Amino acid sequence: MNKLNIKLRDPNEIMKLSRLGSFHQSKLSFIRSFIREFKDWDYKRNLFDLDKEGYGTAIYSFSKNQRNYSLVCFAQHINSDERSDRVIATKWDAAFVLHDGIPTKEDIERLKKNVPKQEVGRVSCKELTLSRANKSVRAFDHVVDSLSSGKQPDKKLLNKVGYLYRTTAVYGSGKFGLADRFRIKDRKEIYGPFRLEMMLVYLVRQFTFDQVNHIAKSKNPDKAIKLDSNIARNLGIGNSTGLGMAPFIVNHPTLLHNWIYCREKALKEIRSLEEVDINELDFFKECLIKSKASINSWVTDSKYQNNKINSLKDGLIKFEKFLKNECSVTQKYLWNKIYTWAENNLEDECLEYIVSMMMEPYDNIIDPLINNMSSEEDEYFTIPTHKKISDLKKIIENNYKSIIKIDFNMKESNFNFWFISKNKEEPRVANRHEEHGAELEQPLAIARDIKKLYEKIIKEKQTNTIAEFLLKHDEARHVVRRAFIVDQFPYSEIQDNTISASLVPIDMLRLKLSFFGAVKFDPRSDKWLRINMYQGAPLSHEMKTSNDTWVYNVVN
Amino acid sequence: MQSLSEIDTTSKRASKAAGFSWGVAEEIGKAIRSLELFGLPGIKNLNLYLNKIEKKHPEKISKIDKENKNKELCPIYSGVAFLDQCKKLEILKNIKFYNVNYPILILPFISKASEILGIKILIKFNKSSFLMNFNKSIFSNNLQNYDIDLANEISVEFLENKNSFSDTEWKELYKISEKTFVEESDSLKAKGAGAGLTDND
Repeated sequence: MNKLNIKLRDPNEIMKLSRLGSFHQSKLSFIRSFIREFKDWDYKRNLFDLDKEGYGTAIYSFSKNQRNYSLVCFAQHINSDERSDRVIATKWDAAFVLHDGIPTKEDIERLKKNVPKQEVGRVSCKELTLSRANKSVRAFDHVVDSLSSGKQPDKKLLNKVGYLYRTTAVYGSGKFGLADRFRIKDRKEIYGPFRLEMMLVYLVRQFTFDQVNHIAKSKNPDKAIKLDSNIARNLGIGNSTGLGMAPFIVNHPTLLHNWIYCREKALKEIRSLEEVDINELDFFKECLIKSKASINSWVTDSKYQNNKINSLKDGLIKFEKFLKNECSVTQKYLWNKIYTWAENNLEDECLEYIVSMMMEPYDNIIDPLINNMSSEEDEYFTIPTHKKISDLKKIIENNYKSIIKIDFNMKESNFNFWFISKNKEEPRVANRHEEHGAELEQPLAIARDIKKLYEKIIKEKQTNTIAEFLLKHDEARHVVRRAFIVDQFPYSEIQDNTISASLVPIDMLRLKLSFFGAVKFDPRSDKWLRINMYQGAPLSHEMKTSNDTWVYNVVN
Repeated sequence: MQSLSEIDTTSKRASKAAGFSWGVAEEIGKAIRSLELFGLPGIKNLNLYLNKIEKKHPEKISKIDKENKNKELCPIYSGVAFLDQCKKLEILKNIKFYNVNYPILILPFISKASEILGIKILIKFNKSSFLMNFNKSIFSNNLQNYDIDLANEISVEFLENKNSFSDTEWKELYKISEKTFVEESDSLKAKGAGAGLTDND
């Protein structure tokens, strides 16, 4: 019984981009739930056919009962001038595909011809996810040189970089011929979202360690040593991410809702706990202390991000003082006291950090939520056209309160436009007053289009049906659909103007990446950033005995 | 082979480029995906139709009546309007559309309406029949000739939910199913749940 009657946080507050751009990894994050789900699967390196330079083919797999997932890796030589994190690149140090089952020789030959080409190759419905990655040459070469001369690499340098390879895209769900989600969605082990993408990245990490050891050994067979497990564990996989992720969260409203709703539901349940066990509080404190190592090794040149990191550090100092002086398990509803204090005294960056940390002691609250984080968007696609205009008006007034107050006649409000670049079929954003192409704008200016819709429907006869309205106004159909979705899924809509002059697109990326479980957000501009995944995660042979707090094992 | 996701996205983008609104283009993406899933040539017909309307965008439909006539009717605007109004249209029992371009393209919208209404819908044009089964499948007597650029008349009939078999056929099958039952002996009756009790308490 929730005696305090704690409510879910208001979507109008939580769904602001500045707040979403302050989210951190948590127990709900997909890399953590992936490891929890697959820890009892059998991991195997099935093939490792690399030459002395580390080029060739390798296969890794997870299997359990009759199910098998195989990562097929193709490593190749590229010139340094061909190595680019930009999406315009056409060659990469390594390319990867997750195959459904055990690939035959014919499959491997087929994949060898296509996977290294990425977007211009074709894969089949036997493949599930596709990716490519480039070496961090600085870190990779240093590790090879050190190991081949019988020394472990310099930890300081590796801590600064954090990984040996950086992926520049991970594709799934039907892209480039990959299996459509409907073919596999009933498999229990992949109920959690992006689970196969997370598997691919995890196995790529193992490949990077095996490759670096192999090259060092080939270089100096007598003297070379293996990369120390403690150092390897501290390395993740980097990722460079651009604007491709931003439209995703707009185009998958019910999925977005489910992610945020699960986070909010977890918070509400934790705040509603009347009694807090001393072990639970101690566990929270332990995670908080350990996590500071990761914050302290968070390096970026971005002023925007450094301000956020400083705000987080300052907030944590204040918070620890509060925790020490004012909190005890003898107090009823301690978590609610902690949250309320944090809400009143901390900035978004630290507040959302505390929210993530509060989940740590509560497997019993978090675990049941994980399987609710996927969604079948198509089930909510049909517009309830029998409803009345008055219903739609009420929905907009309730769910887009701040949006309908925006004046889109102001240049700053209608400043940017989203488009798909012809060169790479990737989303981009540009100033509509300076660049050409605004006439081909993507339907991502939801706030503006909702406002336009609202202005139309307040002039309509309120007893008319939506079907009647759409006969005259099909230009509003995409936002009418969204309005009826937000009525059922209140966290499905970003409560901000995604085309305003003050838009910071990386806030949209960070929202998604935080749910992936990424850390060390490192914006390289307001439109792309680098992150780290799986830093501190158990190595493949350690998975079965790993615990869920590995994310806080990062050491300096 | 293209995935259904690629079919959906490309159909949506192409339709937007051909002058449909984003919301209608979204419907077209799902519709073509559904046609291809059912094994019908959605991509081929959409391609032909978008080429046909490249120079002159089709007229929108303002209302769906029992009989819908125009010089040429757009299968997409007609299909979307039908879907939006299907709950009102059901009472008309039978609806006719005349001069519909690329009539295969109207099918997925009516198929979706069949799911929403929970009834089967029969569509006939150019000697072909298509039975819409709650958007789970489309059954047709024509498995080859889908290159139809114009249907002079499309008949849409809302079918009553009724059995496809006679009472006698059902009874016969039921009798066979009874062979899985065990005849109760006096002893089994005496030991069954509720034995020896009355319901009058």
